[in-house]
Amino acid sequence: MPDEALARWIEVEHLHYAYPDGFEALKGIDLAVAHGEKVALVGPNGAGKSTLMLHLNGINTPAHGTVRVAGMTVDRSTVRRVRAEVGIVFQDPDDQLFSPTVFDDVAFGPLHMGIPEAEIHARVDRALAAVGMAGFERRLPHHLSLGQRKRVAIATVLSMDPSVLVLDEPSAGLDPRGRRGLIRLLLELPQTMLVSTHDMRLVAEVFPRVVVMDDGRVVADGPTDAILADDALLEAHGLERP
Amino acid sequence: MRSSASAGSSGAAAPLAADAEATDLINLDRYVERDSALHRADARFKFILAIVAIVAISLLPTASWVALAIAWAALALLSASSGLGPFRLSRGAFFALPFMLAALPLVFTRPGDIIATIPIGPVTLSISGQGLQEFATIALKSWVSVQVALLLTFTTPFHDLVDGLRALRMPRIIVSTISFMYRYLAVLSDEAGRMMRARASRSAEIDGHGGGTVVWRMRVVGGMVGSLFLRSYERSERVYAAMQSRGFQGDLKHMHGRPLDASDWTFFGTMAAGIVAFVIAGQVWLPHA
Repeated sequence: MPDEALARWIEVEHLHYAYPDGFEALKGIDLAVAHGEKVALVGPNGAGKSTLMLHLNGINTPAHGTVRVAGMTVDRSTVRRVRAEVGIVFQDPDDQLFSPTVFDDVAFGPLHMGIPEAEIHARVDRALAAVGMAGFERRLPHHLSLGQRKRVAIATVLSMDPSVLVLDEPSAGLDPRGRRGLIRLLLELPQTMLVSTHDMRLVAEVFPRVVVMDDGRVVADGPTDAILADDALLEAHGLERP
Repeated sequence: MRSSASAGSSGAAAPLAADAEATDLINLDRYVERDSALHRADARFKFILAIVAIVAISLLPTASWVALAIAWAALALLSASSGLGPFRLSRGAFFALPFMLAALPLVFTRPGDIIATIPIGPVTLSISGQGLQEFATIALKSWVSVQVALLLTFTTPFHDLVDGLRALRMPRIIVSTISFMYRYLAVLSDEAGRMMRARASRSAEIDGHGGGTVVWRMRVVGGMVGSLFLRSYERSERVYAAMQSRGFQGDLKHMHGRPLDASDWTFFGTMAAGIVAFVIAGQVWLPHA
């Protein structure tokens, strides 16, 4: 893989998107994330963070502009391969975990990617071990704590072996212990990450780079230290220092 | 589900009972975790055997008291050997009692030897011996059949039953619907429980000014149902997006079930032979009317 491609593993150019009711959620996003980079996406509710994330694996299709991931332009013909490359974890684990058992859920991705069953078992084991949930295969999602469900939700995309992890507010609603566990997990996982969050302490601890979004635009993009030190910027976009 | 129920558990007893009722409104989990031969047996076989056993019981002739007693004893034995205790099924099956009342008219309508009469005004109801026998047979058959079904659900996790249905070629759309329903009933009843708690928290009462009219209350409940529907609808869209993100293209795939081994077939053969022997004995040798 040429260096240029690795440096622009995720590449969003002039992305515009409006919802069917006419609401313009994205007004020209430009963003590039390098392979292995961990980037936090912050900004007030309604800034367009979730809408942007849904473009990265082709759930939403851009009105204008392009999205490229791992060298593929996201469109109808590449969408299946892109989804194998980008694992999105939704905010509410009850949306992410829709199967009767933990095993079924973690196996869902690989199974629908057409991976042979013998390998699926190995992948499920690896994914659950990676999030510290080995041994929970036969458990039912609604018998797990929120922290455990969030971990399993991450495992459901790890089993697809993606190069990019996109997480929507992973620390929301977690108690301090669950949060610590999550931070350790995010630091350990080697994937390229784009994580939307309101949790500025999480940002400070895990992410070297921050992208600030407001009103459908990227309003700041830079090293975490610099952004978190810019009180005027934080104030202007309803954010706070950790 | 549990956490939310226990979160409010320090309050008074009466409203809490209502809370618990709301959160446990819908509970399909009857599975009792134990380690036994019956628990380990393959769900597909258990499902088939349970159906066959229920058919065998319902085919018994009227007044097969001995056969019914044998069936009951066999169930008690199986229940005890799976760590459930011998009488759990018998107790649990009483919830079917109201349905047995449907057979009650037989007592009065079946022609036969009159053993008693009940005069009610101008009409006289006469109870026939045969009618009584038939009613008792039907009542006992349903009671024992429900025990078979309970034994199945006590020893098989719900998702294994669903997998079993799929393996037995039940239409996939139905199986998937059952599977999603099972997963989201808990989430939904949790959500409904939270809404009911929120309503209860604001249903204060000043002396002598409680409530509101029945119509007003009905409108509140109607609004809650509507909002629950909207929330579920929105959730379904998010779930669909989550499924798409993980490669779903409109065709739900499933892993193949565990291959059946010799011990599964031994279990199936033994139980099936037992049921066949029971059917023959019940029809031919054992006493009946």
